[in-house]
Amino acid sequence: MSEKTTKGIWKVITASSLGTMIEWYDFYIFGSLAVVLSTKFFPTDNPTAAFLSTLATFAAGFVVRPFGALFFGRLGDLIGRKYTFMVTLLIMGGATFLIGCIPSYQTIGYLAPLLVLLLRLLQGLALGGEYGGAATYVAEHAPKNQKGYWTSWIQITATAGLFLSLLVILLTKGLLSKEAFEEWGWRVPFWISIFMVIISYVIRKNMDESPAFAKAKTEGKTSLNPLKESFNNRLNLKFILLALFGATMGQGVVWYTGQFYAMSFMKTVQNIDSSQVDTLLVIALLLGTPFFVLFGWLSDKIGRKAIMMTGLLLAVFLYRPIYREMYLLTDAKTMKESGNSLVSEGCKVIDSPVASILTESDKADPSIKNSKVFIVTKTDSLFSSGAIFHYTKTDTLFLDKALAFDLNKNAKKEVWLKYDAKNSNGDVIHNSVKLKNSLKAGDTPAGVDTIHCGSLRQFADAKTIHKSHEFGKSKIGNVILTKNITSNVKWYLVFLVFIQVLFVTMVYGPIAAFLVEMFPVKIRYTSMSLPYHVGNGIFGGLLPAISTYFVTTAKNVGNPEFYLEGLWYPIGIAAVCFIIGMIYIDRKINTLHD
Amino acid sequence: MNTLKKYLGIVWIILAMAISYYFIGIFGSKLTSGKQDDLVFGIIIFFILLPLIVTGLTIFGWYALTDEYED
Repeated sequence: MSEKTTKGIWKVITASSLGTMIEWYDFYIFGSLAVVLSTKFFPTDNPTAAFLSTLATFAAGFVVRPFGALFFGRLGDLIGRKYTFMVTLLIMGGATFLIGCIPSYQTIGYLAPLLVLLLRLLQGLALGGEYGGAATYVAEHAPKNQKGYWTSWIQITATAGLFLSLLVILLTKGLLSKEAFEEWGWRVPFWISIFMVIISYVIRKNMDESPAFAKAKTEGKTSLNPLKESFNNRLNLKFILLALFGATMGQGVVWYTGQFYAMSFMKTVQNIDSSQVDTLLVIALLLGTPFFVLFGWLSDKIGRKAIMMTGLLLAVFLYRPIYREMYLLTDAKTMKESGNSLVSEGCKVIDSPVASILTESDKADPSIKNSKVFIVTKTDSLFSSGAIFHYTKTDTLFLDKALAFDLNKNAKKEVWLKYDAKNSNGDVIHNSVKLKNSLKAGDTPAGVDTIHCGSLRQFADAKTIHKSHEFGKSKIGNVILTKNITSNVKWYLVFLVFIQVLFVTMVYGPIAAFLVEMFPVKIRYTSMSLPYHVGNGIFGGLLPAISTYFVTTAKNVGNPEFYLEGLWYPIGIAAVCFIIGMIYIDRKINTLHD
Repeated sequence: MNTLKKYLGIVWIILAMAISYYFIGIFGSKLTSGKQDDLVFGIIIFFILLPLIVTGLTIFGWYALTDEYED
């Protein structure tokens, strides 16, 4: 390829990728800021607002995207790729900016969640139209034997958008105080979007139409009715179905498992501190991103099918071992059973109503202040009032500021956890939190179990506990606390998430070129957008909800490996997709239309 | 390979039916639980995901059976 051509295509890549990345960024900040947004727009104590919140999550995220694909795909095949994906960019940017401007529920009542829902729907529609346009536009500029390499730059944008959204949120949180962020700072990531959109719009505006579409238009070979030609034509419909069941369906679940399910698993099943999860996810994404290009490039050499199918197969066989390893990493019981000598480090078995974990010498040890791990094992009858408190528990506590904690019970038979902790000035503060409303003889309070998955760092922050109640993370009588993982554990988790991101890059890197090559120019935008957004948006997008349902059901029936049950959905979909892809996809499928 | 492609078409049609039976059994309670979150989730499962899988896989299986995917 000549230097001029290379320069030209880099311009195309920049214009397309930047806009697509911004659209993904816009789409993800809503999800990443869901907790704050729920307090501002969707108060959980109001059923209508909560209902609108669920609609905003499901409808816009998954259901509307295929409609956007059809609507804008049709436009793209009628009037051109360039103008269509400029429109989607403006819609997405405008909607995102406006979400950041909506007054809260407290100020304007129901209008607030309603406006958010409408804008979120616009975001979903715009996203549905954007990807197909960008992928088609780049592919139609790229030389025939390099489409995989050049379109892989577009494939980076989804992960880059997620990465950017996490980064902007982390930076905004870092620059502002906690109070300021919750008061108005959460709006900043939404506002920032408008600047990025304007820049991207100007760049895109100066680009030419795709050469393949321009040629088809000049020759009068564009479609008059792309929807009819795409879906009412048996020859084309069979390829749309093959694209969905043999490629995008599996790609969607692998994509969502490797990024969103991994994040959700660490936060809600492993109970790792949210900021730590965001940080390690950012690192894993950063390390994995270059592999999109690598596998895109490789797909030009050895074929798209081989790489995508390998990614699917690895995911099918390795998801369960990976997630088991992730879970066991932060499971204290296993740490003890594996012979780890942590048991002796800080545990003190006592027989008084006050369960003091630390000895005086422990308290004097300066190293305790930095996330030292303790295992607490205790079987005791704590209360002199007659209630027997059987308390046998082994787990990990990561100690930071707290000096000690007590388990106690008052006259109302309420169980309280009392703790002393140091505040930022070094002063010792006394605090307590109720664990269970009532206790009778022989009870083993379920609420107490959750303490042992907790971090004393969290105990030291009364606001965190309060917020956890406010956001519905804990039930009455249960205190769900999060773990602060040590550096070694963190890096091992980064590695395990990185492996999953690698699977994502294998199935996702070559898929734009694969889809583009499957359909003819005149109905390409429409035909490739739909299977992509059905596979990614619906099969992938519903993964967190379906997998969480499986996990919860398994947990309720006492399945010891409940935490792995959510993986049956992605494994099942990926396995079927692998079989269909291997048998029905022809390596030379792209020659059919061109 | 063409014979395999053809007769696997039956498997895809049966799979579509099995999935619909399984989904109704597993997620059916979502529609009747009375919770709004469950209702939205149930509606999406039953009126979007399930029809997509069932009709899509059935048509795909039918096309395979009628040699549409023959080399």
